Amino acid sequence: MIAIDFLGAIGRLFLGFLQAIGTLSVFTANAVSHCVRPPFYFRSIGQQMLVIGYFSLPVVGLTAVFTGMVLALQIYEGSSRFNAESAVATIVVIGITRELGPVLAGLMVAGRVGAAMAAEIGTMRVTEQIDALTTLATNPFKYLVAPRLIAGTLMLPVLVLVADIIGVFGGYIIGTSKLGFNPATYLRNTADFLEAIDVITGLVKAAAFGFIVALMGCYHGYSSKGGAQGVGAATTNAVVSASILILAADYLITELFFSK
Amino acid sequence: MAVDTRIPKVSLRDVHVAFGPKKVLQGFDLDVMPGESVVVIGGSGTGKSVMLKCLLGLVTPDRGSVKIDGQEVVGISDREREPILQKFGMLFQYAALFDSLSVWENVAFGLTQAKGMTREEAKPIALKKLAQVGLGADVAELSPAELSGGMKKRVGLARAIAIEPEIILFDEPTTGLDPIMGDVINDLIVACVKDLGATAISITHDMASARKIADRVAMLYQGKAIWQGPAATIDKSGNAYVDQFIHGRAEGPIQVEVRA
Repeated sequence: MIAIDFLGAIGRLFLGFLQAIGTLSVFTANAVSHCVRPPFYFRSIGQQMLVIGYFSLPVVGLTAVFTGMVLALQIYEGSSRFNAESAVATIVVIGITRELGPVLAGLMVAGRVGAAMAAEIGTMRVTEQIDALTTLATNPFKYLVAPRLIAGTLMLPVLVLVADIIGVFGGYIIGTSKLGFNPATYLRNTADFLEAIDVITGLVKAAAFGFIVALMGCYHGYSSKGGAQGVGAATTNAVVSASILILAADYLITELFFSK
Repeated sequence: MAVDTRIPKVSLRDVHVAFGPKKVLQGFDLDVMPGESVVVIGGSGTGKSVMLKCLLGLVTPDRGSVKIDGQEVVGISDREREPILQKFGMLFQYAALFDSLSVWENVAFGLTQAKGMTREEAKPIALKKLAQVGLGADVAELSPAELSGGMKKRVGLARAIAIEPEIILFDEPTTGLDPIMGDVINDLIVACVKDLGATAISITHDMASARKIADRVAMLYQGKAIWQGPAATIDKSGNAYVDQFIHGRAEGPIQVEVRA
């Protein structure tokens, strides 16, 4: 009897998981279809681009500068063990552009913007504002979800490009002021070994992460139930799921570009 | 007695809705003729709001037919539903005003989104509608969070009538208001519906409100319309369920489960 209950619980869990995947797939397909079909709410798209791009700049910039500084210190410490200190600038720039810039910016934006999206849309759901949109002949997917997805996908690469520059600058500050590198040599090492593919893969990752953050924020907000507790749960779920999916997508995209 | 041969503005036939094991509507029937004001009464959790959501396509019935102007709306696509939704205006229980927009932008929302007006064209109309519900231009620039409950209801009413809908739905229009403000809202509803020549469907527990705004009353109990008749005859309905409900008695055929 206990074994049957146990198997039943596993079965229900599995069915719940499949149902969640199905619901998310339908939501994603619906959302993407509204991103490419007119009418477009350019005012909403502009507002979201401002929120995601411009207002996230301070937090992403600070994250990038400290990451660049720490990276320079750590690589110098590690590489000095086998007299490879000259590789500091190159490893900093490759590490920032390929990996740390997009991933850390994605995670910071997930915490800042994804949570805000889930809370805003979740509150609209529980206070019937989304139903009100429908009664005013406005499709909530087109008005709420599509502008956020478009803005997230377009703005995160811009944010990451800025983060890349700031991160490399962080490494440069530590490299030249603390580790004794000649400024010109540091910059030459940065530029000489940097390839276009390093930056491009970072930007592709950023676009994917921007899409994931906006999708998770909208999906969890849109599906929230109950009152304040439901909105709180939606916010937490949006950040946690976006963070996990960012790390999983990071691996998949890296595999796609660099596996041999 | 002459038989009304007109096509009902709204017709629900044998509508069944269940959420998991919970059966909410179990063969609900209701016809509302053009220009008529029907109030659906019934206890909490009997499915009154679900019935309204079936009309708007927010809930899809498991079985049965919902017709607007003779056109079946169950199972139609979002695109087919768009022109039908333009016939509706709705006043939500807690007004459901959009937090991110000012009062006049809320009222003008349907005009700019559904009717394609510019903001400049829509603003004077929004101010006129606000005046119609007794609110001055000084309120227009405020945010919904700055309004009292009664003012929110009035703004919600102004938003519902702004697009001059053919059918207006009222979800518990006087809930949460003091009796005097409730009566003010009732008077506004009667005046606005009459002014537009619209068909009105309201759901409420408030018998004073029902008596004031209804031409006809229907009682919903256990998923069915168990009684329908002119508002003037409700005190002589001869139906024990209706008698118990309108007099608010705990004793009678309607048993309310009270869990200790």
